Amino acid sequence: MEVKGKVFKYGNDVDTDVIIPARYLNDSSEEALKAHCMEDIDPDFVKNVKSGDLIVAEDNFGCGSSREHAPLAIKASGVSLVIANSFARIFYRNSINIGLPILECPEAVKEIKAGDIVEADLSLGEIKNLTTGKTFKAQPFPEFIQEIISDGGLLKHLAKKGN
Amino acid sequence: MTSCKKVGMTASQKILAAHAGLDHVVAGQLISAKLDLVLANDITGPVAIKEFKKTGAKNVADNKSIALVMDHFAPNKDIKSAEQCKTCRVFAKEQGIENFYDVGKMGIEHALLPELGLVGAGDLIIGADSHTCTYGALGAFSTGVGSTDMCAGMLTQTCWFKVPSAIKFVLHGNFKKGVCGKDLILHIIGMLGVDGCLYKSMEFVGDGVKNLNIDDRFTVCNMAIEAGAKNGIFPVDEVALEYMKGRFKRPVKAYEADEDAVYDAVYEIDLGALQPTVSFPHLPENAKTPDKWGELAIDQVVIGSCTNGRITDMRIAAEVLKGRKVADGVRAIIIPATQSVYRQCIDEGLAQIFLDAGAIISTPTCGPCLGGYMGILADGERCVSTTNRNFVGRMGHINSEIYLASPYVAAASAVAGKLCTPDEL
Repeated sequence: MEVKGKVFKYGNDVDTDVIIPARYLNDSSEEALKAHCMEDIDPDFVKNVKSGDLIVAEDNFGCGSSREHAPLAIKASGVSLVIANSFARIFYRNSINIGLPILECPEAVKEIKAGDIVEADLSLGEIKNLTTGKTFKAQPFPEFIQEIISDGGLLKHLAKKGN
Repeated sequence: MTSCKKVGMTASQKILAAHAGLDHVVAGQLISAKLDLVLANDITGPVAIKEFKKTGAKNVADNKSIALVMDHFAPNKDIKSAEQCKTCRVFAKEQGIENFYDVGKMGIEHALLPELGLVGAGDLIIGADSHTCTYGALGAFSTGVGSTDMCAGMLTQTCWFKVPSAIKFVLHGNFKKGVCGKDLILHIIGMLGVDGCLYKSMEFVGDGVKNLNIDDRFTVCNMAIEAGAKNGIFPVDEVALEYMKGRFKRPVKAYEADEDAVYDAVYEIDLGALQPTVSFPHLPENAKTPDKWGELAIDQVVIGSCTNGRITDMRIAAEVLKGRKVADGVRAIIIPATQSVYRQCIDEGLAQIFLDAGAIISTPTCGPCLGGYMGILADGERCVSTTNRNFVGRMGHINSEIYLASPYVAAASAVAGKLCTPDEL
């Protein structure tokens, strides 16, 4: 699975309250979630994000609440991949479960800047910064996790497998 | 090939092993385990229910082992919230889910479930709420998950886990007056950071454990997630057994770590050396002791939540507020976490003290903690709160500020109109 897009860059400890503020959790529809994605950390995100774009962040991305609305909002916004130094554990698990691609790669995070165009091959864990020409290698997910993500999440994956 | 001795297990690992039908597990191992209880609330429940319907499944695996608690935006704050509660209500009826708690019976989920005896020692519990880790206070392994995992839990009554490694906290001595469990956990998060225990268990042991009352332990385990942990857990001692007596429906199973259990780190903590501790905006790790607080005028105080809305917290707040008045210009909002705590506040005369002081008493709700309703902050406002998160915009405007504190500090600050300890009153 290959992705390509422009980078939105953030720092450490991006929490789920800024990814999708709880004041909007009275509606879990994709339209409602994407309308407020990243609102409290980057009010222009919704206006500027295009399908295929990437989020790159530092440590502990997605910390805080267990709300699955957070990875859902990012996915609904069209983001094709989140690269971070590390992810908070519930967000990590939720991302896989709903089919939002994520990779851990501190080297890439260090080099990639906001606005760079980045391409990635999720099955190989290869990340290429097309703006600077630099390439990076992340640990790809094992095949069964990749299948869950490419099927669009755990439940769709299970349905496809006939469970 | 030489046979090697199995490495000892932590208490958390033993609970996981028992529920996976295994004699032994090691950190990093992937297991599938049977769940004792699966929990969701009015925010995460509807997402799980939507997913459940999509699978085409007719029935949940075990309708007695599911709890749905309408606490976040209930009593309904608006039409959309009312619809979300309705979705849960209809589903609970369809599926015959007995443990459905609506206005009148509900309380804040992580105070309510232990109180009702639905969770206890030796249990394995997942909840679609990050503060599900609270039940470690009773010696359970409990952890927060998302709605999809919760849905899978309803479908199969099982969940897969990566067995965590652990950090051990050896507690010694006793708290000084005016210091409690909240100060301990804020101190630890300040020491290790918001990802200091990422993916790990936090295991609390030592001679100091007996000096933490059960509500202190709930507070400490509740905020394990704020250090990034998977779970927090206390030993099952007399204090825990006394609490569970007559409440907990299943047989108590007490697990202790093996003597040769391996820990990623061990910290010795002298409870007597702890001071009142407050986490400054905008991360729980920004923990400061009073010498570093400075002069901070405040606009609001919230005493409540799944972290500090239990009877001990109410008694502390009343002890400080008795015979005193909330400062002019400060809004003091007190939220007993359950109907039973609410009733106790009335029976013990605490409610009278709160009202005399000029505070308000709300029905149980998570409302203000996550910026839902019942105490939203305006641009530039400051709140001292006994809740668990002080992220940007968590309680309202992105330029508002939250100071996480114990009920001692929150109540004293309400009276003084500035961040302070009861000693300064």
